[in-house]
Amino acid sequence: MIPTELLIHIIKIAAVIGVMLTIVAYTVMLERWLCAWMQDRVGPNRVGPFGLLQPLADGVKFIFKEDVLPHHIQHKIYFTLAPAITMVPALITIAVVPWGSYLPIFGHNIKGVLADLDVGVLYIFAIASLGVYGIVLAGWASNSKYPFLGGIRSSAQMISYEVCLGLSVVPVFMQVGALNLSRVVEYQAAHTWLVLCQPLSFFIFMVSAFAETNRTPFDLPEAEQELVGGYHTEYSSMKFAMFFLGEYANMFVASAMMVTLFCGGWSLPFAPFNAPATTLVAGLLHIAVFLAKVIFFLFVFVWVRWTVPRFRYDQLMALGWKIFVPLTIVNIFITGVVLMLMGAK
Amino acid sequence: MQVQRPKLTFLERTYIPQILKGMWLTIKHVPQKKFTRQYPEEKPVLFGDYRGAPTLVKDPENRVKCVSCQLCEFVCPPKAIRITPGFRAEGAPDENVEKEPQEFEIDMLRCIYCGFCEEVCPEEAIYLQRDFAIAGYSRDELKFKKQKLLELGGVRPDSIWKWKYKGAPPPGTPIGPVRDGKGAPVAEA
Repeated sequence: MIPTELLIHIIKIAAVIGVMLTIVAYTVMLERWLCAWMQDRVGPNRVGPFGLLQPLADGVKFIFKEDVLPHHIQHKIYFTLAPAITMVPALITIAVVPWGSYLPIFGHNIKGVLADLDVGVLYIFAIASLGVYGIVLAGWASNSKYPFLGGIRSSAQMISYEVCLGLSVVPVFMQVGALNLSRVVEYQAAHTWLVLCQPLSFFIFMVSAFAETNRTPFDLPEAEQELVGGYHTEYSSMKFAMFFLGEYANMFVASAMMVTLFCGGWSLPFAPFNAPATTLVAGLLHIAVFLAKVIFFLFVFVWVRWTVPRFRYDQLMALGWKIFVPLTIVNIFITGVVLMLMGAK
Repeated sequence: MQVQRPKLTFLERTYIPQILKGMWLTIKHVPQKKFTRQYPEEKPVLFGDYRGAPTLVKDPENRVKCVSCQLCEFVCPPKAIRITPGFRAEGAPDENVEKEPQEFEIDMLRCIYCGFCEEVCPEEAIYLQRDFAIAGYSRDELKFKKQKLLELGGVRPDSIWKWKYKGAPPPGTPIGPVRDGKGAPVAEA
């Protein structure tokens, strides 16, 4: 007999991964639709009603494709490992993001987060930085020039923007006074969304998130036109699909982070969304609100991709180091001064 | 050459208003009318004298019009046509025509749809139809034989009944096929 606690956790994990991967698959769909509509085309509409089964067809196609291992690859183990290393961090960072407040069911008050870690955001940054290894490893193990260039670009880019990303959220935690993401959301539910108090933080976090997830306008590591797809040029079949899923899963995590840190997580500024849930229905509604916000940000990701052209590499680096890093430091300083003047703890 | 670069304001140098403007532009296109034609369901509108697959036609009395003179074979620029001449069966009602193709083959993979065969044919026996989607599973399958060409061509209801009138059409008969404004052949009363 499995203890109830364990069972609850297993179900929660399955639900989170299941919902996340479904949303990730449909983000690909959304990407293709939105890009088509913005270009006055129709988009995928053949598989199932309105083409809604397209992700399924894509998945089946990926599984049945030949898994090509180019002959020039010397380190097969790294080559094979790289896609997994890209995919996994995205899946495990979601563990500390609160999807909802509480789910009171059968006498158990289930938390809406898989792991209610007090180091929450530090954990996310620690794990998310592992993602760069997958890309660098892929670029290097492919043993071919375009993936190599992609790998180099991404290592420089992701390391630079991790600095901005990390510094940009410091004011948030200065204001909230806790690193636990559930506390951050509860603070926002009780007070106000942090995007209103920290607009600059939010902006820098969002732009850095675009860079961290290798999305346009910062998709230099995979620039199709220059690098033939960059680090995943030599990959095929499910290995490529892992990179693909990893990228979109990273987008999901980035959106979830933006929602959690700046846009109130599961909360809305009116009842019953401005306090942790006490009934099951409210708990489920909180999760729905969270997912709706995440989907909105995924939409923004796609929207920006099909609007803004790619940055030049020196522009990217200049933006990161010369503009965002100083700005975040000034922002931290100002937040500190304001908090001190307001006499906060 | 010296390019005069415009002096940008601070707001312009942040690119933010420009990016927002661009996003407004892209989102405006989402509900707009799409240009895509849903092809297999929605066929393109073909213009007037569209030249599609060349085919053999029969006259209104269901006789093969081709007399295998081989002019089309000679005129065909890519040499897509191959004719094996033959004779009409002895004792047939139109025995006086003497010749008809024993085999008539058009290689649709070679054909360039120039329409010279249609122009050159003295019997008006070969016509370009409006079919444009010609597909097959092998090269041999796309070498259309006489039977297939006659099937595709069908009966052409035009005025040249050469064998009936022995070269002299009844007075007032228009010369050549009658076409409507769009170029499609019109059946005559």
